[in-house]
Formats: sequence, C-alpha cells, structure tokens
Amino acid sequence: MNASETLHARRRFPMDEGGGVRRDDTQAWLSALRGPAVPREEAIADLHALLLRAARFELGRRRESLAHVPYAEREDLATQAADDALVAILSKLETFRGASRFTTWAYKFVLLEAGVKARRKAWQGREVTLSDDEWLVPRDAGPTAQEVVEGGELLEAIGEAIRTTLTPHQRQVFRALALNGVPIDVLAERLGTTRGALYKTLHDARRKLRATLADSGLGGGHEL
Amino acid sequence: MSSDDRNRDLITRLLGPDGPEVTCDQCFELLDQYVDLEVAGENPDAQLPGMRAHLEGCPACHEDHESLRDFVTRR
Repeated sequence: MNASETLHARRRFPMDEGGGVRRDDTQAWLSALRGPAVPREEAIADLHALLLRAARFELGRRRESLAHVPYAEREDLATQAADDALVAILSKLETFRGASRFTTWAYKFVLLEAGVKARRKAWQGREVTLSDDEWLVPRDAGPTAQEVVEGGELLEAIGEAIRTTLTPHQRQVFRALALNGVPIDVLAERLGTTRGALYKTLHDARRKLRATLADSGLGGGHEL
Repeated sequence: MSSDDRNRDLITRLLGPDGPEVTCDQCFELLDQYVDLEVAGENPDAQLPGMRAHLEGCPACHEDHESLRDFVTRR
C-alpha cells in the first residue's frame, strides 16, 4: 500500500463526488481538531490532504501564467501553500465563527496562499520600477492602460488628475496597480508592505481622482 | 464591445467602484460566509454590505473570491 492509499484508508472525512468533504461535517472537523491527540493528528492529515487538493486546483487555474514553471516546482508551490495554510488554520481555529462550512473557511486560507505564491512566481525576475518620473511597465508587458489613458480624449482628464492631484506615493501605487496591472501581492512584497496597506493607498487615490473629476464636471455618462 | 463600453470598463478599473467598501482584511474575514451564501442561492450583498464593492475594486480579492466560489462548487 503506497502513501496515498494509506492516507485514504484511514481518512475520517470521506470525499464527496466533487472531491470536497460532505456538507454536514463542520462539527466533526471541529471535534476532531480540538480533540485528543490521535484523532486530532488524523484529522490534521486529512485536512492537509484537502488543502493540497485545493492548492493544486488553484495553481491549475493559473497554469498559463505558470507555464514556465516546471511541474516539480509547481508541486512544491502547492505543498508550501498547503503547509502554510494548515499552520494558519490551526492557529486561528478558535476564531472560526461558524458563519460558513468549516471547509469553506479552511479553503480560503489555502487558496489565498496558492494565489499569492502563484502571482509572485509569475512575476519573479520581472522588473517593477518605482520611479515617480516613469510609468511602471514590466519589460515584457503588452499595451497598458496608461497607453489607453493617454490616447483617449475622454480619459485625458483622468491622466491629468493623476499627475496633478495625487501624492508621489499615491501616484506610484496607482500607476503600478491600476494602470500597469502589477499584482498587489507582488508590489507588497517588493515594497515590504501588505495588501491591505497598498489597497488603502489605492482607495484614497481613487477617491481623490473622483473628487477632482467631479469638481471639474467631468462625470459625463460614466458614474464617477 | 463598443468604444464606450471599453471606456466604461477602463474607468471602472482606474477609479474603482463608488460607495463604501470593506478593507482587504475584512474581505478575507467574510469571504467564506459570502461564498456559502452565494452557493446557497441567498443574497450575500444584502447580508454583507461593502463586500461587492471591494470585490469589484480589488483585483486580488476578486481573484480570491472567484477561486473559492469555483472550488466549492466544482463538479
């Protein structure tokens, strides 16, 4: 019996047809994960197997952006995502409010981990220049929103507001995220900050731009 | 897609949604509940205001939402 068969033989939480666990298993998961050592260790192994399945699903969705990454390395990414998610889940287990199925709650951790790792891997080696004097364009990117903004009469006012209304930091973050499509997790890693902090900056920048355009009576047919 | 539609999409991408929205951390906190309500055929936007606007404005949280919804509903 190989390792996979061994795991399956002792699995406490049978898979449904879609590969997930059955719908009414939240209490069983919580009891096992909060229970005595032996059933707890078995439940942790089962949970890790589910997380690994979810991580592979997520990386599979992103296969196009990861086409340059060898299979073994993608598997390693999936395992890392499952490992990191398991640690996060076990450390936050007592915060589970029961507002969703336990598995939905658990899956969000591993899908986040896998998504972040995939975005960072896809952008590994790609330069993100953070000069306030330059548009932030990765070397191998295609046409950017910047080009569209500069080329469209309707959007010229937005370009002007970006140049004149935003602080240098807001301009950097806005250009990277909204104009050049740099993934927020990639930018957060490069700047040593968090997704939430960067999104707050982006949100404040957008609010300023909306106010500037509204003051100029440039709402037009678009809801600004 | 017409040129007006393209401009509208671009403006939404640049300026994001109007109105109040949750933060990225709050979005992650509520995402599992939001998805389970969606899957159950209920109206998550009525119960969790601010989520929809954030999911439209934050590309990374938008992707996380799609991933979770697609994974729990996969066949």
